[in-house]
Amino acid sequence: MTLSVDIKHRLGRFRLDARFETAGGLVALLGRSGSGKTSIINTIAGLITPDEGYVRLEEMVLVDTSRQIFLSPHHRRIGYVFQEGRLFPHLTVRQNLLYGRWFAPPGAGTEFDSVVDLLGIAALLERRPGRLSGGEKQRVAIGRALLAKPRLLLMDEPLASLDEARKAEILPYIERLRDQASVPIVYVTHSIGEVARLASTIVLVSDGKVAAVGPTTEILHRLDLLPLTGRAEAGALVEATVERHDEQFALTELRSRAGLWKLPRLDVPVGVRLRLRVRARDVMIATSPPSDLSALNVFSGLVSDVGSPDGAIVEVRLDCVGDVLIARLTRYSVQRLGVARGTRVYALIKSVALDRRSLSGPTRGISGADAAADEV
Amino acid sequence: MDWMGLSPEEWTAVRLSIRVAVVATLVGLPFGLLVALALARGRFWGHSLLNGFVLLPLILPPVVTGYVLLLLFGRRGPIGSFLAEYFGIVFSFRWTGAALAGGVMGFPLMVRALRLSIEAVDPRLEEAAGTLGANRAWVFLTVTLPLIVPGIITGMILCFAKAMGEFGATITFVSNIPGETQTLPSAIYTFTQVPGGDAGALRLTIVSVIIAMLALLASELMARYANRRLEVE
Repeated sequence: MTLSVDIKHRLGRFRLDARFETAGGLVALLGRSGSGKTSIINTIAGLITPDEGYVRLEEMVLVDTSRQIFLSPHHRRIGYVFQEGRLFPHLTVRQNLLYGRWFAPPGAGTEFDSVVDLLGIAALLERRPGRLSGGEKQRVAIGRALLAKPRLLLMDEPLASLDEARKAEILPYIERLRDQASVPIVYVTHSIGEVARLASTIVLVSDGKVAAVGPTTEILHRLDLLPLTGRAEAGALVEATVERHDEQFALTELRSRAGLWKLPRLDVPVGVRLRLRVRARDVMIATSPPSDLSALNVFSGLVSDVGSPDGAIVEVRLDCVGDVLIARLTRYSVQRLGVARGTRVYALIKSVALDRRSLSGPTRGISGADAAADEV
Repeated sequence: MDWMGLSPEEWTAVRLSIRVAVVATLVGLPFGLLVALALARGRFWGHSLLNGFVLLPLILPPVVTGYVLLLLFGRRGPIGSFLAEYFGIVFSFRWTGAALAGGVMGFPLMVRALRLSIEAVDPRLEEAAGTLGANRAWVFLTVTLPLIVPGIITGMILCFAKAMGEFGATITFVSNIPGETQTLPSAIYTFTQVPGGDAGALRLTIVSVIIAMLALLASELMARYANRRLEVE
């Protein structure tokens, strides 16, 4: 599924000028609030008509101002999960879920029971939205959008209004959705954590423009994009396979290209592939092989890039036998250790910094995502 | 018909009043919905003009409204003669005229209640329905309409009450003909104009109070039911 967007739009003093093309999987529109992410998906959904430009899904033109084409939202068959859910208060959960079925074309599509099962909402069917928790509402909203048999699913910060516990409750469902339902997803967020866990492709949006497009790891590992992706939460993604569990010390060992990782015991079977998110601020650097350390994860690598400093802080990217790590250091340390491109260093990561939240479930098609970046 | 000591003529007035008010409310509702939708959602030239025009009967002396109705809908009036010729609908000195007068007087109240409830509907819910494949008509029927049910009930009760009590416009437009256009207020007025009519006037007054209370009670119950269905947190 190819989604091509090239739009210009003015909203008061804000100018949107976005151009990108993506293919399948879960595409994250990442950017700060007010950067124009929601305006972009509203244009895709047909809730905004752009001043100029086009949106195409495969060979289907959704809007093209030069050809005077504008498909109204109800003809587009694009599911939309809104930030606030927007469930119909006068209908039960079941009626909400079935709303789109009246208008969807008959025939193949997502089955009611399988969607209810996927989202774990079987117990809620006869309730009304007023009686649901925030997390339950969002799951019903996702189900409602899915059951309308959309060609594309748009999600506008579906977790933004939820607390950490509710987010953790929903994320696995979105992962299952990405892997099991065959609907491509465009996911708007400002959270690197969500992107690292969910996205196969990132469209980086800044100030109404597309700053970069590419596979998730590629974008998150670029030091020059850190001011846009979010410096404080910067980190690297490492693909690893569960190798064995150490019951005596309650540890789990994972194997990646860089070497062996030791984490607090995970409830995951041996052999499963995981995506590990290693935050830059949890990584230390040494220039000689360290000994007598409590840190269990030590990897040797070469410095592949040194970012531009921001006050006292500078980020350094390491290449550890094919795995990328990013370390957040003081400018002082970098100078003192003489760290530069090509320097051999040792990265140290405390095991306890790598907890459950830095993992995403069994992954599929993460690195195989292809996308074309257009200069704006 | 001796219940409560009402004479047959008085019963006729009661029944006529109810019929006039019911017809005025039911016929007025679709028009009221259209106008309320236009006022609440529409952006068009003449918006304030339409608003003023709808509110006019509320501000004008009822006698003036009745006289205007007489000019427009009377047998020789431009609209009245057209309707009589092509549709066989005659208003002058008929109960239908009383219903028209009651409806016109109740219309601003109904439109106001409907408009307020339409404005309270979150347009983002309608947007959501659109993304699920519903066109505008379906969105209105399945989302907007169910959400404004409490407003519809309020608007209908207000219109019903106004039409029940309408006096000035009715008597000016269709006069005070027993059995045809003599509604409760006109009948009470007639009683007060004749010696010894006090008892009759009092009886009809009590009937008016009972009908008004029943209407209020019914609206209260329906509104409570509708609100419970919405279960707003």
